[in-house]
Amino acid sequence: MKYIFKILRYDPEKDEKPHFQEFIHEPCPADTVMEAMKDIRDQQDPTLSFRYSCREAICGSCAVVINGHTTLACLQSVAALGTTEIVIEPLPNLEIQKDLYVDMDPFWEALEKIEPYIHNEGEVPENGHEIDEAEMDKIYQFISCILCACCYSACPVASRDGRYLGPAALAKLYRLVQDPRDQRDYTSWRQVNAEDGVWGCDTVFKCNDVCPKEVRPADGILALRRKIFVSELKHIFKRKP
Amino acid sequence: MLSHDILIVGGGLAGLAAALESDPNLKVAVISKVHPLRSHSVAAQGGINAPLGNHPDGADDSWEKHTFDTIKGSDYLADQSAAELMCRSAASAIYELEHMGVPFSRFPGRVIAQRPFGGAGFPRTCYAADRTGQVILHTQFEQSLKKNVKFYDEWLVTDLLIHNDRCLGVVAYDLKSGEILPLKARAVIFATGGYGRVFLRSTNAFINLGSGLGMAYRAGVPLKDMEFVQFHPTSMFGKNILITEGARGEGGYLLNNQGKRFMEDYAPSAMELAPRDIVARAIQTEIDNGRGFEDQYVHLDLRHLGKEKIDKRLPSIRDICINFGGFSPIEAPIPIQPAQHYSMGGIDVDETCASPVPGFFAAGECACISVHGANRLGGNSLLDAVVFGSIVGKTASEYVKGSQEFPDSESYILQKSLNRKQELEDKAKQDSGENVFQLLNRLKAFMSDKVGIFRNQKDLSEALEQIAQLRQDFKKSYIRSSCLRYCQEFVTFSEFDSMLDIAEVITLGALNRTETRGSHFRTDFDKRNDAEWLKHTLMTQKEAKPEINYREVEIGKYQPVERKY
Ligand SMILES: Cc1cc2nc3c(=O)[nH]c(=O)nc-3n(C[C@H](O)[C@H](O)[C@H](O)COP(=O)(O)OP(=O)(O)OC[C@H]3O[C@@H](n4cnc5c(N)ncnc54)[C@H](O)[C@@H]3O)c2cc1C
Repeated sequence: MKYIFKILRYDPEKDEKPHFQEFIHEPCPADTVMEAMKDIRDQQDPTLSFRYSCREAICGSCAVVINGHTTLACLQSVAALGTTEIVIEPLPNLEIQKDLYVDMDPFWEALEKIEPYIHNEGEVPENGHEIDEAEMDKIYQFISCILCACCYSACPVASRDGRYLGPAALAKLYRLVQDPRDQRDYTSWRQVNAEDGVWGCDTVFKCNDVCPKEVRPADGILALRRKIFVSELKHIFKRKP
Repeated sequence: MLSHDILIVGGGLAGLAAALESDPNLKVAVISKVHPLRSHSVAAQGGINAPLGNHPDGADDSWEKHTFDTIKGSDYLADQSAAELMCRSAASAIYELEHMGVPFSRFPGRVIAQRPFGGAGFPRTCYAADRTGQVILHTQFEQSLKKNVKFYDEWLVTDLLIHNDRCLGVVAYDLKSGEILPLKARAVIFATGGYGRVFLRSTNAFINLGSGLGMAYRAGVPLKDMEFVQFHPTSMFGKNILITEGARGEGGYLLNNQGKRFMEDYAPSAMELAPRDIVARAIQTEIDNGRGFEDQYVHLDLRHLGKEKIDKRLPSIRDICINFGGFSPIEAPIPIQPAQHYSMGGIDVDETCASPVPGFFAAGECACISVHGANRLGGNSLLDAVVFGSIVGKTASEYVKGSQEFPDSESYILQKSLNRKQELEDKAKQDSGENVFQLLNRLKAFMSDKVGIFRNQKDLSEALEQIAQLRQDFKKSYIRSSCLRYCQEFVTFSEFDSMLDIAEVITLGALNRTETRGSHFRTDFDKRNDAEWLKHTLMTQKEAKPEINYREVEIGKYQPVERKY
């Protein structure tokens, strides 16, 4: 079956603004949008540019907007879209660089702000750490995050406030502070107790809707709020003689 | 000019391990053509080996037994002291990863969980469900942020610069600005991963074009044992997405069209958990003899494992089947066929990861030390990447601190980058010829067809002819993009040059090796021949032609015997 692919194109050296280009292409029945785009590039227009790598929904390179829905191009089957007209656009909330390439720097910068690593200064224990399966189970949901930025792009708060840390970074923080190996003190992450942190979230759960890995980042944000509440109480308590 | 003490090319497991282990007082940077988290390592599923003895059946495990399994699995082509070094370092490497924050799955005694894998005498594969690569790479990346490692993300290295027998740096293409720039370095480490996409059917990421190997080769560094290409037994039919060996480790069956567990005819005691070369050939033989489905695949059946185990231990496999196959492995068997998976061969380096050229080092899948010989065991390559990634970080640091003089090389480096730029501009001026993506598709098709699991003289010779033809056509190909920012066409164009060299070295090595060993199976020479072939192939480019040499295998405690499983 023939499909019309309308792909947003932008050449920063020539174009004043992005425009759609149409390609007629007949994908194989089981093709994903990414495979179709690669074939279009190989057969029709080698100048078409987009990010890709693993093609199995684990590297997080290829997030785009397909017929209005934010997802990974490698995860979206063409046939499942139920229409022969397919519109492909770059991620919103991040600046377009060329074709479907967006500037990911703001996303990575937000991540760095939460100090996204285990805080443990001790030596490596000789026979490893002792950790319960149940404790790992609690964070497993958040470990599935591949940092593809689907959530960041779909988030209405990130769209209007560039300082907002966004769902992925906050969910990552929750995963870390819940880890039994992490010894960070509440005062070291207290800065997320703010409007550009956990209180920025509108709780419209767009992030949960679009996450291709079922991370449900908003669960992490809400859990952080509860944790902050308890930590603040403890903090106040501690300061009083 | 950009200048570093150590420049690490590659942000996968090996590259990041090197960055974390390099001397923090040196000026170190990681350069990668994709953001490090998009590296192929992220896709590793099943796990990483270490003889921790946490499994009830693994209490008697030891690094010696791990070493023996590795050597036997290699069909005795591994250098035994190198295999020993890796296995001795395994347990501490795992504990270090755990300490960095890797969320390994656990066993009831609050210890790291382990599962059985192919070719291993004990269950020794540590895992995090079936996303082991993802959690290790993300954790290493987190640690790199903590240590303020300098990254050049989305920079493609196009040339390795070696002059007067000394490594001087690289030329690289910055995707964001579209510029081609020289980078000076006292030491260069390649951790550029595998070349899977030289083949049509491959489990590798689309970006695994292997240019690191080609650049090293063109700069005069020997490639070793390149004819040994691992074909993984179980890739999902159609898309060739990997179905981890962990699926068989958890108890999955391989069934032919008569519903028979056919591995009993090939490896009666190890069954589905024989080494990969043996299982891949068994599957292909079943298919070739009409016992497959649609003459293309057999079944991997997980249904008897039950929903709970599949959900808990193999959630990514479940999702891959649902998302890419449209069925659930809880309800239906998985159609699988062998596909290219891993490169045992690579850049010739010693146990310290030093190449014959001062200042040039390599680790991870692009390197060949050799620990995997003619066939790698599952779970040993993440270990290789982590252990030798750390070692190369130390080796390069010591090299930089120990060398007094560094030649003044700026004019040479600058000239090389101008040459690369000029070539690009010339190609962009041309206006006819085949585009490089089409050439690549042609290469892949005949490599899978003629240099695959079963090889013979006729096919291999034909493949060499086709490579020569492609070289001619490549000369005439051109670049259509005028905007060089984020230009995938240029990336592929630059890497394709390397792919032709890699294809040639693999094929020529396979043609010359008139025996069968590990992954290299010659239908016209179907026995192992230790008298003549217990040696490594070394291929060096001399005047644009491959020169072949051989080197004895280093045998230690274990004398070669026939492999039986
Ligand atoms: C699907 C799959 C599953 C696997 N599962 C397992 C498993 O469970 N256990 C196991 O032990 N092994 C497994 N393996 C093998 C293992 O994942 C790889 O061998 C290992 O991850 C390689 O790591 P690396 O760091 O050497 O290379 P990679 O992770 O491939 O990294 C290569 C890096 O080099 C960069 N690069 C390459 N060329 C250039 C260039 N020209 N310029 C700039 N940068 C460049 C890339 O951007 C990337 O950052 C699996 C392999 C596959 C394909």
